[in-house]
Amino acid sequence: MTAPVYISGVGVISAIGSNVAENLEALTSGKAGMRAMQRLQSIHKDSLPVAEVKLSNDELAALTGLPAHTSRTALLSTAAAREALAGSGIDIANWRTGFISANSVGGMDKTEDFFDDFLRDNNSGHLREVVNHECGAVTEITADALGIKDFVTTISTACSSSANSIFLGARLIRQNKLDVVIAGGTDALTRFTLNGFNTLMILDSEYCQPFDDNRRGLNLGEGAGYVVLVSDTVAKTLDQQPRVAITGWANANDAHHQTASSPDGKGNLLAMSGALKKAGLSPGDIDYINLHGTGTNNNDIAEGTAIRTLFEGAYPDMSSTKSLPVIRWAPAAG
Amino acid sequence: MSLKQKDIYISGSVCIRNRTVRSGDKIVFKSDESADLFSSLYEKLDIDYPKFFKMDALCKLGTAAAHVLLKDFDKSAYQPQELGIVLSNKSGSIEADINYFESSKTFPSPSLFVYTLPNIVIGEISIRYGFKGENAFFISEQFDPEWIVFYVGNLVQHQGIKACICGWVDVENDEYDARFFLIEQGKDNGLNFTADNMRAVFSQE
Amino acid sequence: MDKKELIYQLKQQIIKQLNLSGKTPEDIGDDDPLFVEGLGLDSIDALELIVLLQQEYNIKLKNAEEGQTIFRSITTMADYILEQQAGAAN
Repeated sequence: MTAPVYISGVGVISAIGSNVAENLEALTSGKAGMRAMQRLQSIHKDSLPVAEVKLSNDELAALTGLPAHTSRTALLSTAAAREALAGSGIDIANWRTGFISANSVGGMDKTEDFFDDFLRDNNSGHLREVVNHECGAVTEITADALGIKDFVTTISTACSSSANSIFLGARLIRQNKLDVVIAGGTDALTRFTLNGFNTLMILDSEYCQPFDDNRRGLNLGEGAGYVVLVSDTVAKTLDQQPRVAITGWANANDAHHQTASSPDGKGNLLAMSGALKKAGLSPGDIDYINLHGTGTNNNDIAEGTAIRTLFEGAYPDMSSTKSLPVIRWAPAAG
Repeated sequence: MSLKQKDIYISGSVCIRNRTVRSGDKIVFKSDESADLFSSLYEKLDIDYPKFFKMDALCKLGTAAAHVLLKDFDKSAYQPQELGIVLSNKSGSIEADINYFESSKTFPSPSLFVYTLPNIVIGEISIRYGFKGENAFFISEQFDPEWIVFYVGNLVQHQGIKACICGWVDVENDEYDARFFLIEQGKDNGLNFTADNMRAVFSQE
Repeated sequence: MDKKELIYQLKQQIIKQLNLSGKTPEDIGDDDPLFVEGLGLDSIDALELIVLLQQEYNIKLKNAEEGQTIFRSITTMADYILEQQAGAAN
């Protein structure tokens, strides 16, 4: 049951870079990815800053080899998943390979384009804009582009989506159902997402400030990120040995509220202690925590309380990368 | 020692459809045609949970079914993390989606927005009854007892779940259909947790 | 409208907007806390109250945080509405 699961490749596209190297460079130099809305057409254009991927759909189409009318969610997904696979040194023809991709909006970007015309006149609009509306359709486009056929599935559980797709990938490898899994998530920024979060009044009109006294809320963005998970058997065949293993994971239900975390951090605590238990580690073994740190009051209280309870007196280093304008592209963040 | 599928039993079932509430094979309540279904359920079933009125129809239906299902369930025999919920339906959260869309034409309603996901019904039941174990919501054209038995069986055998609410909860165009099962490990009552046994309960009219 | 009438109207509107079924305006004390221990409202209800202010009184809150003081009780809500209306009239 405790067969190791290694990470042999990563791929990412976000507001601070179109590949891993650009993202790392921006993270170390503290370059911001947020700015006024450029691509998305919204009445909030001038009031809500966002973290959009700089490449246009045409540029993404050229990068991925997909048609330019493809949903942006699939374009981003294909760019990042392909980078992850290319860097992993793996020929998927030799292994049972899976693609597990999370997203929350599916082809909503295209549906919104369709809807404008359709609202004016219900005989107008191109139906090809809506055929990939559903979340799973986006995953299929990328799986086809990468030639993955053995196992393809989509996870859509809002902010925890990508974490869940990595959990599922690791479990499938541990259970010897698959040898290689490309797991992660993607989302394009859409009006649906922006207006939904805005209804909850938790969007910050400035850069978000997680764990700051002046925190006001969160910012939205878009992007995609994947890891290539491999079994021990696969790892042994690689020229470059993987340096990272996934040893523990957990998710939890705090049974508190539809949208809010319980202030005692019960859910965070259950998830963190579950992951430690699975990995056979104790809190003292942890050197660093990358915080969820969304920038909302409610998250900070729940997350902070849980960390205090678990690590009382001996805190590891911790930080939130949300304030570094990488920002939350909801499901891809985990 | 690993648990076997045959050690899992159906310890309760509830069906709400055609304005009739059944617990096992007994009719618990029949609402007359003119009454508002949920108001009469609330009153006649003694639900006593004011938040009920803030819920969308799917959550009301799920909460009412869970209320009847868990009437004699001794939750204290289990840890919260040992209690799971696995539900399914065919219409997702379409009723809440439409209501939210309508409200967004004037003032988008935050309280309608939060119900625009079908698995919120699992959340509402978790909140009400303190279930903190594994949960999942599946969408399929029809109730798929083989899948539920496989999935829930796995949770019980390998994921530390000892009792689980599972079944079907669907709302579309004022058609309400809930069939809930309570399954528990090791509570031998002769009714094994199998697809056929679920189907037999499910097809009662 | 004087403050007393406004308070009664607010109670009716809140009961309707928040689906507080079974409650009557008489059940809600003017100075009872609206959240947690009083009426037991939550963060989503707070957003609904913001919508209510906008819809019924044409008052727009800039951020949800402001609600914490404004929505302490029916009286604080009524005071805020009267203050805004007076401001708008000037």
